Amino acid sequence: MRIGLFATCLGDTLFPDAVRSTAVLLTRLGHEVVFPPGQTCCGQMHINTGYQREPVPLVRNFAEQFGDGSIEAIVMPSGSCAGSVRHQHAIVADRYGDAALRAGVATVAAKTYELSELLVDVLGVTGVGAYFPHRVTYHPTCHSLRMLRVGDKPLRLLRAVDSIDLVELPGADSCCGFGGTFALKNAETSTAMLHDKLDGIAATGAEVCTAGDSSCLMHIGGGLSRIRSGTRTLHLARILAATRTTPDALTEAAA
Amino acid sequence: MSTFLGMPARPPRSPYGTGNLRGDEPFPRAAHRELGNGQLRRNLGKATTTIRTKRLNVTGELPDWEALRDAGSAIKTDAMNRLPELLEQLERKVTEHGGTVHWARDGAEANEIVARLVKATGSSEVIKVKSMATQEIGLNEHLESVGITPYETDLAELIVQLAHDKPSHILVPAIHRNRDEIRQIFLDRIPGVDPELDNVPAHLAAAARAYLREKFMATKVAVSGANFGVAETGTLSVVESEGNGRMCLTLPDTLITVMGIEKVLPRYQDLEVFLQLLPRSSTGERMNPYTSLWTGVTPDDGPQDFHLVLLDNGRTAALADAVGRAALNCIRCSACLNVCPVYERTGGHAYGSTYPGPIGAVLTPQLAGMHAADDDPNSSLPYASSLCGACFDACPVKIDIPSLLVELRHQNTEQSGTTPEKLAMRAAAAVMKRPALYTGAQKAAGLGRLVAGRDRTISRLPPPFAGWSDSRDTEAPPRQTFRAWFASDEGRAALRAAADEHDGSHAEHDPGDGRHDPGDEGHDHSHGEGEKK
Ligand code: SF4
Repeated sequence: MRIGLFATCLGDTLFPDAVRSTAVLLTRLGHEVVFPPGQTCCGQMHINTGYQREPVPLVRNFAEQFGDGSIEAIVMPSGSCAGSVRHQHAIVADRYGDAALRAGVATVAAKTYELSELLVDVLGVTGVGAYFPHRVTYHPTCHSLRMLRVGDKPLRLLRAVDSIDLVELPGADSCCGFGGTFALKNAETSTAMLHDKLDGIAATGAEVCTAGDSSCLMHIGGGLSRIRSGTRTLHLARILAATRTTPDALTEAAA
Repeated sequence: MSTFLGMPARPPRSPYGTGNLRGDEPFPRAAHRELGNGQLRRNLGKATTTIRTKRLNVTGELPDWEALRDAGSAIKTDAMNRLPELLEQLERKVTEHGGTVHWARDGAEANEIVARLVKATGSSEVIKVKSMATQEIGLNEHLESVGITPYETDLAELIVQLAHDKPSHILVPAIHRNRDEIRQIFLDRIPGVDPELDNVPAHLAAAARAYLREKFMATKVAVSGANFGVAETGTLSVVESEGNGRMCLTLPDTLITVMGIEKVLPRYQDLEVFLQLLPRSSTGERMNPYTSLWTGVTPDDGPQDFHLVLLDNGRTAALADAVGRAALNCIRCSACLNVCPVYERTGGHAYGSTYPGPIGAVLTPQLAGMHAADDDPNSSLPYASSLCGACFDACPVKIDIPSLLVELRHQNTEQSGTTPEKLAMRAAAAVMKRPALYTGAQKAAGLGRLVAGRDRTISRLPPPFAGWSDSRDTEAPPRQTFRAWFASDEGRAALRAAADEHDGSHAEHDPGDGRHDPGDEGHDHSHGEGEKK
């Protein structure tokens, strides 16, 4: 399958490892990964902060970059960006766009998937040949859980990983407190939520807390680092990309 | 000759400075104070966790729960779409059955109507059924100001009233109080209470009952809200747990009901949907203990003088908003509060309104506006959410609260003029829409590596990121962006190796691995049946 990879602005700039792993994983599964070079940002931060005029060019750019009919599916290692493309771009296009933009948005929204959805629903795989000999706990991010309804797809992928020790996270479905600019505008409430999440992670004794969103992991990881926790965060894509022959850097260090 | 009638005016919001639809400070500042209250957080944490579990048990056991939610949503949407016609029908039916209907444009008008009606009876006291609408308009304060004493009869409302406090939860107004505090409030404020009163819940309830029974017997006028008003029949309904509401609705001579206009339902039969949705979502009960239904006046039975005050107070303004009007579908079950991670930590007072939690964050700004004054605290309410979506999943009438929050944030930025934030957002969009500029900005972001410590960690950031760095470290930006890697020799080589791995693995394995022995399953099955015999 010819798959268009959307790196997301955060992934491209700050967390390229997760995007790299997504590209490597899909290539390893026999697919052609294309990276439209004019891509930038989906505009989610703008929309969620209350700005809908400003991101119109971003919404248009996304539709242009990925509208190409030869791209059969669009994947992004982020539940919240996929949610924005699928649910919010149409709102912006309806309000401030023209007919062409509305049509373009509908085309790309229909073939946009978060990573675990693409693997399980579109490519029909759960065992991806990954090897990850560590104790891992999974935090289902709110947008993947309740906006995209990925359900247990990420867990099915993780359960199929060779040598993984997967432990359930207490209070898994409570929000970690990130919420984009919420973490800045309501920093103290966000922190109170973060601390309860960190307690849940600590109770698992996991070496790694994984999720499908680099943004939530940045927040959780920042909290874990501040309290000098032994647990680190790792995007789901990195676990799924790790194999016996090309293990994750974390695996190498631990071995 | 032609007459220019002008543009239709926007329906008015609840007037500024009246009622209880606005706090004194923006949400983050109020939350700061509440977050520091350990007692409150423990009470709230315990109460919300218990009620969540109860709710999930009784909603999970109904096979048609999702269909009921759809029905509830459809009935409310239909009712809002033909609100004028339904309200006139309700008025007709109530009048036919001997009641009197009053229309109140806003809270101030409703307060005046109620005070006038009470005065006309000659009474200087009223007993009250727990009601959000009268709380919203500040009826108690108004009655007191004209020399009428209101007595709250719902146990939790009574506690709040005696403590000169404000309710912090739609359904459990005193959720922020524990029983030691309640004991103290009773000792201080109930005349003639047993000085030996301890903190056993049954004893506290008995003390309240003794006090209230006397009020029920002696007071001639009651004021209530309404959960539902049925247009088809003119029937009003109050659901409650304690039976104190039933006392107020049946014992006095005069009953005055203040009902928000959005509470109207088209048909009597619609109650079958809501009387299932409401108790299961709110208290986690299959049925609420007391359901009172009355239609106008019944000769020689119950109050012989009945008044219905239909309250707008910003509801028509909300109805005029194509997106925001969905908030009017709310049946005040409080399920969204109980699942909200923000409410769970800040409590209800931080919202500054009669309506707290997720629904309050979308309803309050619509009823009272977000820009009625400089730095209107209501403009902070739509941001009091991480948009986690737990409220949408819990809502029995499927109000998409996260989308409403995003919509109200948009309305806020549209009404706010040019702010520093808007300029920053504009600048960010201007950069991000041009890939060349964007790549340049990424290089600049890479400079963040310079401020990081040796462990590649940034632990202090300037405003507006200071709140972030108070509790979180930030990793230094990486050496290389994804797009640079993808275009590099290293990236190309890594992807070629991954592609080779795929080709290699396909040559080695036979992919047809779905083998299993059907004999095994057959054996297990017959074994199981054999045991049953
Ligand atoms: S918004 Fe929905 S969940 Fe919240 S109180 Fe209203 S009906 Fe209940």
